[in-house]
Amino acid sequence: MRAYKPKDNVQAKAYYTDRFYVAPQVPKSAVETDEVFASDLEAIKAKFEVKDAYIQVEQMVIYINAHDIYGVLELMRDELQYTQLSEMSAIDWLAKDNTFEIFYQMLSMTKRKRIRVKYFIENGQAVDSVEKLFRSADWSEREMFDMFGIEANNHPFMKRILMPYDWQGNPLLKTYPLEGDEFAAWYEVDKIYGKEARDIIGPELRDTARVDRYDSERFSRLGFEVPKGTKITGDEEPHVESYQEESGVFMVTKLDKESSKVIDDPQR
Amino acid sequence: MAQHKVNYTQDGGLPIALTSVDKIVNWGRSNSLWAMTYGLACCGIEMMAAGASRYDFDRFGTIFRASPRQSDVMIVAGTLTKKHSEFIKRLYDQMTEPRWVISMGSCANTGGMFNTYATVQGVDRIIPVDLYLPGCAPRPETLQYGVMLLQKKIRANKAGNAQKAKRLM
Ligand code: SF4
Repeated sequence: MRAYKPKDNVQAKAYYTDRFYVAPQVPKSAVETDEVFASDLEAIKAKFEVKDAYIQVEQMVIYINAHDIYGVLELMRDELQYTQLSEMSAIDWLAKDNTFEIFYQMLSMTKRKRIRVKYFIENGQAVDSVEKLFRSADWSEREMFDMFGIEANNHPFMKRILMPYDWQGNPLLKTYPLEGDEFAAWYEVDKIYGKEARDIIGPELRDTARVDRYDSERFSRLGFEVPKGTKITGDEEPHVESYQEESGVFMVTKLDKESSKVIDDPQR
Repeated sequence: MAQHKVNYTQDGGLPIALTSVDKIVNWGRSNSLWAMTYGLACCGIEMMAAGASRYDFDRFGTIFRASPRQSDVMIVAGTLTKKHSEFIKRLYDQMTEPRWVISMGSCANTGGMFNTYATVQGVDRIIPVDLYLPGCAPRPETLQYGVMLLQKKIRANKAGNAQKAKRLM
């Protein structure tokens, strides 16, 4: 876990801290404590190599070899009744040991159990697509490709799904800045107006703590609007914005506030 | 021989005051502001509420159209993502002039709380905006107020000037 740091001035530091950098672990228990999981694990172990297996928060987690994934999921679907792939994606461990951890969350409606199948791949390595087994893997694998840059072999349509097709960079990588890199910052300007427009449109204003003295001129309180560029002194007269100018509008009857009926009973 | 001589060369040769033409044209424009539905996120819900029976924008001639070619004002209500930015430009270009843009809510004004790689930090980076409505989300009353101010702005213009093409650049 992280070292303790004084938190007196956390308000002053508005931005990211490493508070959750090392995620706390919940206790693990042995697979033998659950009959259903134990027999499932036996069935998988009979055909494939299982590197590690444990139960965490009433779900079994197993680690396998990357090349076995199609076979393991096929076995689980056809023989062990884990008929749903509820989610799959990757975890970025590039900073630690240059690997990605891929996980597949399986659900059995008949056994009412969930198993998480995991394996590690090297950076740059592709995974085997399980789209032929589970249709839900189609978009999940595309999302994994979009967000982490991990390709899935034998996928029918390996393209970005969330970001535009001409996007550069993989936003869920831990090295990707939240506010975007240079490409992201200028994406819409470059695409619509061209690079030469950068000087005219200018960079994005992203400092959330920025206080602009002119904000009160541009976003004024209702009833206190002033024309652009007027000096704000703070003791402006309130004025009621009416639907019409004083002189009236051609062919539109002017509302007379005095003679109109105001309904102030909310329960009417 | 006319008793009161009309000076036909005055006011560009027209025997009527130019302001009344202005008034008629501006009256027509400001009171039939057909709005393009541009609900992009939660602000869109407030915009829909504004169009529905409780607030009933139809009373003011603000009728929501689903086509840019039939609309005068684009109400950008919600978060504009970078992926969508080219389409807002395309739809804006398809609107016939004169055209106006209301940027509704913090997201459309400045990117709002979405200080991320995927959000355009203010729709005015893409298209010229006439009116910014603060709020997250602005209530339908605020949108009503904004439309009123826009009508005033239209009426303050010379009808001929209003047709001048507005370009961001
Ligand atoms: S300004 Fe607020 S309500 Fe409007 S789209 Fe953004 S987050 Fe939603």
